[in-house]
This record gives sequence, structure tokens and C-alpha cells, in this order.
Amino acid sequence: MGRVATVNQIIPFSCVDGPGSRLVIFLQGCNFNCKNCHNPYTIDMCDSCGDCVATCPVNALSLNLDKQGKSKIVWDSDKCTQCDICLSTCPKQSSPKIRQYSVEQMLELIRRQVHFINGITVSGGEATLQLPFIIELFQAIKASDDLSHLSCMIDSNGYLTEGGWQQVMPYLDGAMIDLKSWQEHTHRYITGRDNHRVFSSLKLLAAEGKLYEIRLLYIPKISDIDSEVNAIAGYLTQLPDSVRVKLNAFQHHGVTGEARLWDTCSEQQMLELAARLTERGVGNLVLPNVYL
Amino acid sequence: MTVKNRLAQITRDPNLSPKQKSNFLALEAEASLPYMAISDAVSEAKNSGIICDMFEGNAPFKPRYVLPDYAKFLQNGSEYLELSPAQDLDEALNALTIIYHHVPSVTNIPVYLGQLDDILLPFCQGLEPEAIYRKLKLFWIMLDRTLPDAFMHVNIGPTDNIVCRTILRVDAELKQIAPNLTFMYDPEITPDELLQVAASNICECSKPHIANYPLHANSFDDKGFGIVSCYNSLPLAGGANTLVRLNLKQVALKASSVGDFFTQVLPHYCQLTYELIDARAKFLHEESNFFNSFLVKEGLIEESRFAPMFGIYGMAEAVNILQGSPDFNEDNIDKPSSHYGHNAAANALGHKISKALDGIVKSTQVKYGYNGLALLHSQGGISIDKDVTPGVRIPYGTEPNPIAHIQALAEHHQYYTSGISDILTIDETVKANPQAMMQLCKGALSLGFREFTANVASNDLVRVTGYMIKLSDIASFKAEGSRTNTTWLGAEAAQNTKILERQPRVVAHEHTPAYSK
Repeated sequence: MGRVATVNQIIPFSCVDGPGSRLVIFLQGCNFNCKNCHNPYTIDMCDSCGDCVATCPVNALSLNLDKQGKSKIVWDSDKCTQCDICLSTCPKQSSPKIRQYSVEQMLELIRRQVHFINGITVSGGEATLQLPFIIELFQAIKASDDLSHLSCMIDSNGYLTEGGWQQVMPYLDGAMIDLKSWQEHTHRYITGRDNHRVFSSLKLLAAEGKLYEIRLLYIPKISDIDSEVNAIAGYLTQLPDSVRVKLNAFQHHGVTGEARLWDTCSEQQMLELAARLTERGVGNLVLPNVYL
Repeated sequence: MTVKNRLAQITRDPNLSPKQKSNFLALEAEASLPYMAISDAVSEAKNSGIICDMFEGNAPFKPRYVLPDYAKFLQNGSEYLELSPAQDLDEALNALTIIYHHVPSVTNIPVYLGQLDDILLPFCQGLEPEAIYRKLKLFWIMLDRTLPDAFMHVNIGPTDNIVCRTILRVDAELKQIAPNLTFMYDPEITPDELLQVAASNICECSKPHIANYPLHANSFDDKGFGIVSCYNSLPLAGGANTLVRLNLKQVALKASSVGDFFTQVLPHYCQLTYELIDARAKFLHEESNFFNSFLVKEGLIEESRFAPMFGIYGMAEAVNILQGSPDFNEDNIDKPSSHYGHNAAANALGHKISKALDGIVKSTQVKYGYNGLALLHSQGGISIDKDVTPGVRIPYGTEPNPIAHIQALAEHHQYYTSGISDILTIDETVKANPQAMMQLCKGALSLGFREFTANVASNDLVRVTGYMIKLSDIASFKAEGSRTNTTWLGAEAAQNTKILERQPRVVAHEHTPAYSK
């Protein structure tokens, strides 16, 4: 029996998580604690406290005892209507709607969609917290005649160590990495962590030809994407030309806490930022489709 | 209303062009003739909405769809039209422009314009690509402006050639509703790169439809086939003499059990459908004198290549009724769902109905058919249909994700020789990623889809990286300002979220067939 992953959600057909159509696996758990997180219920692991059970209107949640006698939340996805009351009940902002998948189960699921997809992407939460599972899954895909044509991508906050990246590198086709701020203190303010390892990851992946996309989140007056535009443009132009530079506009949807008081990024602001980056020689810019 | 009053109303209608008025007046005139002789049982089934003659008229004097052999026409010219064989691209386009006005159909406008890349390619030798582009672009504009009907249908592919590529280029540039366009795809012949051009076009303008060429070609003989109007596959140099459709929802309502449906009720109404088909075909072939036309005399069509289309619709409702499932709506999201499109047993029952229909159609001889048979057709609906879903489709607004959607319906496609369409709704994120559209198309065709059709729309449900969001939630969320509690996650939002109804609507695929006011 191989590794098991804790999964928040699987989307069978996505057009926005890497090249072509992709099956996307959102793993539960994150080591950043971004004030602006759009899906905070993916950050913490459910500790089976049971508070959500009583509030579920369709009894899709129950508290059972596992073999070791520990209590455990069981989620019945067939009954669930996705009303998400459990998410607002949870004192940890976690989600009880998680599921364990073995590598074999995941492969079976991928095989059911294989004609429709160009590859798979693991995302999160922070996918790389479950790196051993990812490695086994990617390895198995690359070793299967019927799946080896699928590209294997990781969508990450970039906090994985160099050693970690090296382990997955032989099976990795590309990565999408978030750069949430240029200055270390700003990054720490937003995410709770420094950004040195993010830069190391970007450097390593770029050198290996596996940096598919760098994502910049523009939060007006909070992130320093605009005030540091010269430095950022200088950095981006050093990256290989093939790297897509995706600009994300901060919005309030899903956000809880103080970040709800921050200004959102308008289309106009985004276009101005894009123009300034273009002026400074940054190519391959990808702008948001919608501003919500 | 008396006939006289209706005629007066049509002539005075401020919203119709003179040509449209002429058409409706002609329909009224035809409707004033006595209906062909049919039995009381057929008449009753017709009046109660179980069988529908598609408003083709009381005295059908033209076939529903006609697919002339345009290659032959360009090669031979036409004595009737006083045209000599075409010598170059200009002459070919001019000759086609002329003949299109002499090709009838149920809409009075041709529904088939030909396999244009095949028939025009011989006239493009020695022409610069830009010259071909300019000529085809003018031709395309002419088609849209003079034959304003989106049922008018051009076929291209599966080979890679300059005309095919130029038509794709022109079509994406002009984004006209007419002509409709089908690109034939054959994995053995069509390069991926060309399919990618077609898939990118879908993201631009929701055209072309992508047809499973080997599957269609194997359903017809060596003389070939064409795809006309909206997803009707028919023999080339022939066509459909009539289309009669059966409302499976109404049939299911007459059945006392699933067994009764299969052994008694369905065969009974199929037999009545055939009675109507025979009556209509008989009038067209024996009394209307249509087959004395120059199209026949000059060998552009052959009477023996016309077949009736046996259409069905309302499969979704029929299955749900037979299974005793309650209506599917946002107040009643039973989980796990027992509904058609969402439940394995429901889907299997649907496949079984299609198979039974296939058995009936393949074993029932008709006097005027293709090899003596009618062709089974999954009918795309007309604008008067209420509370009944076209063909074998999953009801609008209740569609699962595109892959589950395809998987639920693929098995039907083998049975519907004269066409079936399932329209997949893909959210707008695909626009920035046409490769995903192509892969979805390939997946659908490899599972046995006859034709891949996608609507790219701004769904209310939008996928943003990492999560799904609902646009309407966000609108109300923004309007409510900076409330600190996460109401958008709460019960109220869940109750008010008519998420199941929010798939973009797909408009009916035939005009209002008669004047209605």
C-alpha cells in the first residue's frame, strides 16, 4: 500500500491550472497563512472536533470512532449539498469535506478522464506539504504506458526546499509559483513567512527549465508589486522567455479577517501595472479574465 | 381567427420583411389545404403532441433537406441554369451563388452548401493564398447577407488544404451567424495542428462543429454524406424527404410500467410515426412532382437517396418519468441523484431506449427510404417546445461537468445515424486555453460522439484558480458592502443559489415554424 493524500477537492476539467485541460487535485493543508487567502478552509487540517456535525442540514457529517478509538469526522459526499455551512461553523476555518486517496485510487480516477485531459496539476492548500505522495503519483503516471503522455505540474507557494524540489524534479513537467511580494517584510506581513525560499525555488525551477508560470498577486497599497515595479521587472526579464507571468488581481471573495478591509484591485489598476511591466520589457504577461 | 384575418395580420406585421411575409403567407395557403389521409389514431397522436410533423405543411411539395452534388454541378455546368462548367474559382463561386437559390428546403433556403474545400480546391491551383482569402471572404459575406439563415451549412475537412484553412480563418474573422460550419475530423487524416485551429475557432465564435468523420462515413455508402442544417447527417446527392418526431416524454406518460413502455407503448407510437412518415413521403414522391426538377434530371440528386428522418426528443423526461423520479430543480436536489444525466441506472435506461428505437428503425421498411429504411435522428428541438428537452440531451441548467456530461451520453451516439447533437457548455476560462477545448473534443469523439459542439459562455459559475465562484453571489456580496460575517457561505446563500439553473440557455434550433401571434 502506497502513500495516501489528504484531498480537499478534485476538479476533473480545468482550463486555468497549467497548459491544456487538466485534472486538478487540491490537497488540504498550507504552511502559509495569507491574510488574503481566498479559500482559508484549505489551510488547516480538520481535527475532528465535531462542531460542524450538528449544523449540517442534511446529516452528511458524522463523528465516528476509528480503529484506534480516536474520533473522526466522516463526510458523506452523496448526501452533501455543498451548502458550506460546515465551513462557516468550523472554529479552525478548516473543512470536514476532505477525503483520503491512495496513489492507486488516484490513478483509477485519472484513467477515467484520460481521453479528456492533457495532464494533471496538484494544487492546494500547499501541494508540496504532501510531497512523498506527489512523487509516488507522478512516478506512477510516468511509468504507465497509458498515462505517461500526461504532463505533471505542481501549483505551489514556492516554500519547498531545494532538496524537496530535487526529489520531484525527475517526474515534474512544470510548476506554477506564487510570488506574493517583492520585499521580504511585505511578504512576511501578508503570508506569515519570508520569501527567500520562494526566490530559491524560482531560481532552481527556472534553471531546470521547469518554471511554467510565475504568479504575482497585486493588492493595491499592500503588496509592493507596483512600488517595486523596476526591481520586479528587472527580475522577470532575467527569467527564461518561456515563463508565463500571470498577474492576479486581489478581490474580497472568500476572504475573511482584516484583508476584507483592503482595497481590491480594479481592472484599470491591473492594466496600468501591466503597461508598466511591458514598458520595462516584461513579455508573456497573462492578465485576469474577469475581475470580481 | 379566420384565415382572412391571419393573412391580413401577416401582411401588416411591422416586424417582418416582405420576403418573410411572402413565406408566412405561403405557409398559411398550404395550411388551408386538406391534410393528407391519415388514420384517426395518427391524427389523435398528432393533436395530443405525441407525434409532431414539424410544420412541414399539409401538402409537402419540397423535401425537408436537399443535398445536391455540387462537385458534379461545377464539373458539368447546368443546362437548366444555362451555365457552362466552371473554369476558375470566380466562376465556381458565381455558379454556386446561382444554384443555391434553386435548392429548396423546409426553410425555403438551402440547408446544404456543400463540402466546400473539396469542391473548390481544384479551382484554386495557381492562386496566391491572399487571392483565395479575398474571394472566399466576399463569398462568405454574400452568403450571410443574401441567405440569412443559420441552418445553411458548409462542410470542410477532414483533409488539410488551403481552402479549409482559409474558410476557418474567414469564419473566425467575420463571426457571422451564417453559414453554419462543420469541420470533419479523422484522426488518421487530420493533423492535430489543424484540429487545434478549429478548436480555437470554437473559442472565438462557437463554430465550427467538429464531426466524427469515420463514424459518419461508415454510416453511408461510397457516394458520401453531408451534414446540413443543425446536425443532420444525410446521403449526398439525396437528403431527407421528411422529418417526423416522436415525443418520448408523452410516450412515457402513456406507459404503465417500464415493461409496458418497451413492449407495448413505444412500438405502438413508433408504428403511428411510420404511418405519418409514409403519408408525407408518398405525397412528396408521388403527387408533388418535385422529382421532375432539373436537380434530378441533371443528376445532382437521386430520388432513391432520400430518406425520412425518424426523430425523437424528450429522452431525459421519459427516463425520469419511467423511473418515477421527481422533477429536477433547485428545491429538490436529491442526493445521490436518480436523474437522467446524473445517475448510472437512469443513463442505462436511456441507452436501452435508444437501442430499442434503433432496432425498430432498422427493421421497419418504408417505401421511400435510404436502402428502404428511415434514419434515426435525435432531434434538437423547436422554439415551441415547453418543458421537454431536445433529443437525448441532459436538461438545460442541470448539466454535470463537461466530462461527466460526455460520459453520460456517448453511448447514445452510435444509434443516431442521421444526427445527434449534445451541446457542451464550457465556461469562459477555456477562451484563454484552446488546447483544452481540443482535448475535450478529442475525448468526446474517441468515446463515440458523432459531433462535438461547445458553447463557450460566461457561466454564472466561474472557475478561478483554486476554487469555483458564483458571479451572482459576488454581485450581492459586493452590494452588501463590508459585512464582517461570511454570509456568502451561509444557508441563505445556499438556498437562494439557483446554481442549477445558471448554465447559459441554449436557444431552440429551428425557427418558430409557423406564424404565431
